[in-house]
Amino acid sequence: MNQLQTIIYAIVLFPLLGSTIVGLWNKKISCRGAHWVTTIGVAISFVLSLYLCYQIVFAGVPTYNFNAYIWGGSGSYQFNIGFLLDNLSTTMLVVVNFVSLLVHIYSIGYMREDDGYQRFFSYISLFTFAMLMLVSANNFLQLYFGWEGVGLVSYLLIGFWFKKETANFGSLKAFIVNRVGDFGFILGIAAVFNYVGNVDYVSVFNIAPSLATQTMTVFPHTHWSVLTVICILLFIGAMGKSAQMPLHVWLPESMEGPTPISALIHAATMVTAGVYMVARMSPLYEFSEVALSVVLIVGATGALFTGILAIVQNDIKRVVAYSTLSQLGYMVAALGVSAYAAGIFHLFTHAFFKALLFLAAGSVIIAMHHEQDMRKMGNLRKYMPVTYVCFLIGALALAAIPPFAGFYSKDAIIEAIHHALIPGASYAYYCVLLGTFVTAFYIFRAFFLVFHTEERMDEHTRAGLRESTWVVWLPLVLLAIPSAIAGIFLVGTILYSPTGGLLGTSIFILPQNNVLASLAIDYHGPLLLALDSVFSLPCWLAVGGIFVAWLLYIKFPRAPAYFVEKFSLIYKVLLAKYGFDDFNQVVFARGSLKLAKVFFEVGDVKILDHDLVDGSGRFIAWCSANLRKLQSGYLYHYAFAMIIGVLVLLAWLLW
Amino acid sequence: MLNNLFNHYILSVLIWLPMFGGALALASGGDQHPNRARLIALIVSIISLALCVPLYLGFDNNSGLMQFQQHAIWIRAYDIHYSLGVDGISLPLIMLTTFTTLLVIMAAWHHIHIRVSQYMAAFLVMQGMMVGTFASLDSILFYAFWEGMLIPMYLSIGIWGSTNRSYASIKFFLYTFLGSALMLIALLYLHEQSNSFNISDFYPLKLTMKQQVWIFLAFLLAFAVKLPMWPVHTWLPDAHTEAPAGGSVVLAALMLKMGAYGFLRFSLPITPDASALLDHLMIALSLIAIVYIGLVAIAQTDMKKLIAYSSIAHMGFVALGCFMVFDIVANSHNLKDAYMSLEGAMVQMISHAFSSGAMFLGVGVLVYRLHTRLIKDFGGIATSMPYCAAFFMLFAMSNVGLPGTSGFVGEFMIILSAIQGSFWVAVLASTTLILSAVYTLYMYKRVFFGVITDPRIAKLHDINYMEKIVFVLLAIVIIFFGVYPAPLLNMMHATIGNVLHWSLQSKL
Repeated sequence: MNQLQTIIYAIVLFPLLGSTIVGLWNKKISCRGAHWVTTIGVAISFVLSLYLCYQIVFAGVPTYNFNAYIWGGSGSYQFNIGFLLDNLSTTMLVVVNFVSLLVHIYSIGYMREDDGYQRFFSYISLFTFAMLMLVSANNFLQLYFGWEGVGLVSYLLIGFWFKKETANFGSLKAFIVNRVGDFGFILGIAAVFNYVGNVDYVSVFNIAPSLATQTMTVFPHTHWSVLTVICILLFIGAMGKSAQMPLHVWLPESMEGPTPISALIHAATMVTAGVYMVARMSPLYEFSEVALSVVLIVGATGALFTGILAIVQNDIKRVVAYSTLSQLGYMVAALGVSAYAAGIFHLFTHAFFKALLFLAAGSVIIAMHHEQDMRKMGNLRKYMPVTYVCFLIGALALAAIPPFAGFYSKDAIIEAIHHALIPGASYAYYCVLLGTFVTAFYIFRAFFLVFHTEERMDEHTRAGLRESTWVVWLPLVLLAIPSAIAGIFLVGTILYSPTGGLLGTSIFILPQNNVLASLAIDYHGPLLLALDSVFSLPCWLAVGGIFVAWLLYIKFPRAPAYFVEKFSLIYKVLLAKYGFDDFNQVVFARGSLKLAKVFFEVGDVKILDHDLVDGSGRFIAWCSANLRKLQSGYLYHYAFAMIIGVLVLLAWLLW
Repeated sequence: MLNNLFNHYILSVLIWLPMFGGALALASGGDQHPNRARLIALIVSIISLALCVPLYLGFDNNSGLMQFQQHAIWIRAYDIHYSLGVDGISLPLIMLTTFTTLLVIMAAWHHIHIRVSQYMAAFLVMQGMMVGTFASLDSILFYAFWEGMLIPMYLSIGIWGSTNRSYASIKFFLYTFLGSALMLIALLYLHEQSNSFNISDFYPLKLTMKQQVWIFLAFLLAFAVKLPMWPVHTWLPDAHTEAPAGGSVVLAALMLKMGAYGFLRFSLPITPDASALLDHLMIALSLIAIVYIGLVAIAQTDMKKLIAYSSIAHMGFVALGCFMVFDIVANSHNLKDAYMSLEGAMVQMISHAFSSGAMFLGVGVLVYRLHTRLIKDFGGIATSMPYCAAFFMLFAMSNVGLPGTSGFVGEFMIILSAIQGSFWVAVLASTTLILSAVYTLYMYKRVFFGVITDPRIAKLHDINYMEKIVFVLLAIVIIFFGVYPAPLLNMMHATIGNVLHWSLQSKL
């Protein structure tokens, strides 16, 4: 076993070990024990992944692809568990471990008085394990293992407070909607397997170009490119996991879970798995323009329309949740124009600033004694200066104000879509462009409502307001730093490096699709890019969003109510989230239950059981009851039957 | 010498030791000394399981032939032999049988108070019968064991069952007996043709299509009832619901497997052309089991009934795996491609035994404490019984087919195989991902989550040490085979090759 192998084993297994120890002995291990064991496990994993990333990305160690063991085989097929260590996976390992470590630390403060303290730490470490397996897989089987594994822990954590009905509803919904996505995903894997005979990335990528020309018949008399079918099926999985419309409905509900996991799972890591997967599969997607178009349109639509929903939310976590939906839309849209690097870049910066926003929101929620309604907050900057500054940095990054991290990644996405020629790109461009205004508006609306404006909380809460403890604000600060400056340092190497940079050769782009390469010509360093943007439309829209938020919530605080009244219909549609939830509830949830009842009561109970099975029993009983009458036991009955019989025989013979 | 002796008689020991143990348990006295019967049963089942270790180690994975054979004449006049042997499809099932019986006996330790010695005896005898069924090489011996095991099962439902037990036990008996009667006729007819009751002598037999179709249908009724397949499945929900926990476990984990075992041992190799002719019928029935029964499971209000319907849906996957082979080979012209479908079906059989058995035991734990099976009577169990809830979550996840649990392996292999035969079959089969999640987790939510409304639930004690041992054992196998199914698969490659050899060769 060589060194890299040992390291990757340690990286994935330490969080698992921590989780197992705490999970199995959660009664015996104290709260302190629980957070020490798991946090140290993840910390080791983080340090090792930094080392690994350094080796692969900077020290020039070549991409390392190996199989750990044979999972199983059948006929001529074989499935392996194995790891692919390249630039993309190792940088993802770092990001995942970094956010996970901070969330572990933060949770020590946030979960302090919770009954399920040990259980919580066991879960988040288990989540880290599954996410690391997903990211480092070298085949679809292991990818799927991690994919469903993170889904399981997400389910467990959304329903963490299982006494709360809304939490149970949210967790069930999340699992089932994700399963709808996975339904497509497993079919995608099956299709890959069918045409490649293997689920290892390397063999799949090697064969991809030839699949582009093959066709298959999905519906009779139609011919689909095999690759298009595969890519779209896989993308359905990504739509579930990365909460793309119309499978986005579970993510807002996931906010029922504790806030640290909203940051870790439902902002920084798990929900970006779909984006990671598509980027990883770039050698497939590149050969299917149809699939890319679908990806682009789904992503861009989500980017704008889920963002708009964030405007009408009053729950601070829900604002951030809808914002996550919208930002995921940006990432996915980037993938659709083959700007995979931009999507991954936004994934990184988003991991930082969105985890920051969630954790800052959590810090506010602790101070407010678990009140999440922004209408009952206001002027918190007076009481929570650290949280205030951190939230502001996160908001600026999210709103893509230069030179904060979010600016570099989002600007690249918008420019890439602007320059793309793929069908749907012009529609997508307007979506993402308008989205910048919306994003800036909703996040600064939240910012002003929480930290500025007059104090609207009750006396009791106000008396208890203070800055959170260091375990809570330290992660905020540690996340605020990359949220502010990561863009400056990473933009060149991720997006515009002629030699591949941070992502190296992990991503494959056909030359004619490479929009980022054409943008690279105009790139002259991060600071000039920031300066140039002052004259660009997206930047003005973002600033405009902040300005309008300031106008409406600080300058003319009575204006929002006026607009709500004026546009009450639109407001209602937005409050109803375009009706997706109601539709699902009526058609899928209640509809399937009703169908199930009909099938059961009519099909099984009535027709099969009552009529056929018991019916045949009754029929035989009826026959025997009647036949029994022949055996009456009276001599004259038998004598009479004999005479009739003799007569009939006689008649027959004599005829 | 000793080795030779062992190789010859190990299977007989596995059959007759539990039967003898059962007799001993019966003789240990009535309910005055329940612990004696428990101890006898425990020791016997542990010895049986321990005997499986040398059986496994001595088994040659590379051979598709019957191993550990034993031959004796049973009834000379009719040419009936007492011949035993195992190959790669019966060995895992025999090991599964001994493992499951041990769990059932441990689970009954505290739960069964009336007629303990009879209860233990019934399950030991059942174990012997089932091992006998899987190990028989002679078709009449097979039939004898096949029918014989109905008796202890019938008794276990009828005596230790719940309120509606008499209806359920009679329904169970008549249903399965009716199917098997036709199988006997088919076996007699095959003897007529081949002058032998040896199952392997049926394989090379030339049969016309008409003969094959009739034989296939006669077998089908027997196996479809056992499996069970739609529309002859309705005995199962009743039998499962009324049976004691141990009975439900044995039914789900073992008896249902007899049907699929029959497909692999009889239907496919003996009537390959009829199987190929009727494979679309079988695929359709399997898909109905997966989709329709999956939906029916959602509507259940009784936990055991829900798991019973879930069993039917899971067994639909087994039948699908068995009968997709013809389409797969027709598309790819490569016999090697068909392995995964059949092996997936085998794995599904075994993993379903773990997950459904575990869920039935879990429900048994709850029913024992609260004397109700209705989902609405529960709620908030996770608060008062956290360990039980945690284990049950793992079992539920295996039922849902989560990767990393054994429940995933079979479904994954079958879906990946099915798409090689037909895209739309794979699509319909994959709906299980959604349906199983809905019915399993919807039940889990209503039973384990939420606030406690019933004061009796608040006072519940969590699982005791015996229950914990059972759950831990199940958890270990579920995770082990989920993470590393290779040992299980390696056991069956050669035999599956053998089955495929006969199944894909025309007999006309």
